[in-house]
Amino acid sequence: MCTTCGCGVADDIKIQMPGDLATMVSDLNIEAHHDHTHSHHHHHDDRTIIDVEQDILQANQLLAERNRGYFLGKNIFAINLVSSPGSGKTTLLEKTLADNKDKKKFYVVEGDQQTMNDADRIDALHIPVVQINTGKACHLDSDMVNQAVIKLNPEPDSIVMIENVGNLVCPSAFDLGENARVVIVSTTEGDDKPIKYPDMFAGSDVCIINKIDLLPYLNFDVEKAKAYARQVNPNLIFFEVSATTGEGMNEWYEWLLSKK
Amino acid sequence: MHELSIAMGIVAIAEKEAKKANVAEIKAIDLEIGTLSGVEIESLNFAWPMAVANSVLEKAEKRIHLIKAKAKCMDCGFDYNIENLFDTCPKCGSYFKDIYQGKEMRVKSLEV
Ligand SMILES: Nc1nc2c(ncn2[C@@H]2O[C@H](COP(=O)(O)OP(=O)(O)O)[C@@H](O)[C@H]2O)c(=O)[nH]1
Ligand SMILES: [Mg+2]
Ligand SMILES: [Zn+2]
Ligand SMILES: [Zn+2]
Ligand SMILES: [Zn+2]
Repeated sequence: MCTTCGCGVADDIKIQMPGDLATMVSDLNIEAHHDHTHSHHHHHDDRTIIDVEQDILQANQLLAERNRGYFLGKNIFAINLVSSPGSGKTTLLEKTLADNKDKKKFYVVEGDQQTMNDADRIDALHIPVVQINTGKACHLDSDMVNQAVIKLNPEPDSIVMIENVGNLVCPSAFDLGENARVVIVSTTEGDDKPIKYPDMFAGSDVCIINKIDLLPYLNFDVEKAKAYARQVNPNLIFFEVSATTGEGMNEWYEWLLSKK
Repeated sequence: MHELSIAMGIVAIAEKEAKKANVAEIKAIDLEIGTLSGVEIESLNFAWPMAVANSVLEKAEKRIHLIKAKAKCMDCGFDYNIENLFDTCPKCGSYFKDIYQGKEMRVKSLEV
């Protein structure tokens, strides 16, 4: 088992829209790529060595690049939203969609181990949404996103928001084919999160500091959190927001909409 | 990190290569894992028996070659060994760096 999160083999994945019957990924099982490896064999004594030189996550990477090509071809901007559970990914999505859905066409892919709850929250805003239930797996991968996006069939020139499974560790290794990765850290977490989970911050383009409405009650130091995050990734773009009060959200919208 | 997925990925690669080479069993596998790849060797070792059960790797000796992470400072050009993603240039203190080695997660070769 994955000792970080206790996840197991992905054999019970469901991908569905609110009101749908579930599609099991394991039934579809796309053969993501054909083989590009050129293996060389050489012989010593009675042993044969096959040179493989292959990246272990290559299958995920290839399909991620295919997703990226799909987004490029349709002029779609896709973001991969990552954070610990409860940092406010769904709340930030709800607020962003409610405030901008008249300006832009949005689509949402929701990732959780179980339940349609987050998809139902997005569905309530009349935004097309597909829920991926990863079962025991602790992250989305490019194959799941590929199937969810095909199901959504987004219009050209739209924005696709992908909410990853709440987890600051495992999703960092899995490229989904997004155009930007956005990591959320909330003020109820430690301001040293960026150096405790450096991989996630190193691989992100944007860092949103959420729940700033709670700052008066906490000892979260925003500048310290930013300094830690910059140590890992000096190129990060920061937004300080409250997804519930709306404070600071306009700067984030400007960035998001300027991408199209 | 995601060591069971990693182990399953390794098995998938080995199965494919074994099929191409027309062998039923692999004697040994050489892996290259960077020290900043995010792979915990202990977790990988722990996940290994479950992942390789009933596969061509079931009896294979697993040899892990650790690749030390290295970075080049983007401000002063200094080349240094790096242990954490947040390490700074020992010469000028800059955080801007190009980590050019140490993120590998690779199946190097198979012995059949
Ligand atoms: N005070 C405050 N609470 C928030 C904010 N954003 C989210 N929350 C609350 O945090 C909890 C978890 O939010 P949710 O969006 O479900 O987090 P997710 O697991 O990352 O999707 C909910 O109770 C939200 O109401 C915020 O900006 N301020
Ligand atoms: Mg959520
Ligand atoms: Zn995990
Ligand atoms: Zn995992
Ligand atoms: Zn330097």
